[in-house]
Amino acid sequence: MNSKAQRLMKLFWSTFGISAFTFGGGYVIIPLMQKTFVGKLKWIENNEMLDLTAIAQSSPGPIAVNAAILVGYKTAGKTGALISTAGAVLPPLIIISIISLFYQAFRDNRYVSLVMSGMSAGVAAVVIDVVITMGWDILKSRRITAIAMMFIAFILAAFFSVNVILIILAAGIVGYIQYIMKRKKA
Amino acid sequence: MIYLQLLWSFIQIGLFSIGGGYAAMPIIQHQVIDIHGWLSMQEFSDIITISQMTPGPIAINSATFVGIQVAGLPGALVATFGCVLPSSIIVMSLAYIYYRFKGLEAIQSILQGLRPAVVAMIGSAALSLTALALCGEDWFSSNIDYTNAAIFIICLIILRKWKPNPMFVMAGAGILGLIIGLLT
Repeated sequence: MNSKAQRLMKLFWSTFGISAFTFGGGYVIIPLMQKTFVGKLKWIENNEMLDLTAIAQSSPGPIAVNAAILVGYKTAGKTGALISTAGAVLPPLIIISIISLFYQAFRDNRYVSLVMSGMSAGVAAVVIDVVITMGWDILKSRRITAIAMMFIAFILAAFFSVNVILIILAAGIVGYIQYIMKRKKA
Repeated sequence: MIYLQLLWSFIQIGLFSIGGGYAAMPIIQHQVIDIHGWLSMQEFSDIITISQMTPGPIAINSATFVGIQVAGLPGALVATFGCVLPSSIIVMSLAYIYYRFKGLEAIQSILQGLRPAVVAMIGSAALSLTALALCGEDWFSSNIDYTNAAIFIICLIILRKWKPNPMFVMAGAGILGLIIGLLT
């Protein structure tokens, strides 16, 4: 096997492995990637990894997938990006496919349904906890526009069922106007 | 036809879930439940729960789950492809801009402007999940599920106080639900 193919194989199995063991969302995957690609394989420098992280977080879509795309692109160009995306997407695809097959039978089982019901209360608490932390950060920032935007967006989404995509677009425009105004002042 | 609908729906989910993790939740809820009715609120809550217990982003997990329910394995592949397509294009363009100009300032300030709205919408989706867990499909009905209400409050206190790994909290909530369910 030539060295390029070897590199691609290594890239695939690295992202596959990282993705298969990333429980608990995108923020966990960044330190894991850093360990593998900066520490072990030395394909990426530390500073560059920080910038790639910023790009992964600034782009739409799952952070884990975005980070994989960037690492792949950096190490082996477009082919690399394709390979590492496949590596990142396959583990959840396989696992959820298997669960889906058994889902109906699984859900109809009395014990499973009791566990799922308890867990649904648990997941609600987990998500509310995240929202409290994030919302508190915004309140603490004391930026009036941000706080007002948060409350208006919440009321529109929760009580008036306004299309969430419209809210995001509107908020993006407000963010851009703020940026222009900040630059004018500077 | 159904493949095109899945593809277009998940392209929108991939494109507008900005800010990682839970940010995808309100968009998925909007597309998959409100617009297309592919999942019930109960199934949506289940897939969020499963996502917490398995590796992988919520968006990819939902794409696979919805795709299989609606159109089998090909549906899952189409939905997952749609979900990563916009980010691949945008991420690579941003990487190009980054290596060329080293400037991400504009993008990052727009993102900061977006953040309050994203938090608000995650909050709105969180409210639906909580209402479902505590009151069932009928929003804010009077028949509150007291078992789940108790589990919810205990979990929230534990999470705020000790910040444990959410996976353990969820596993505990499941076990508690089973025990109380069997006893009553």
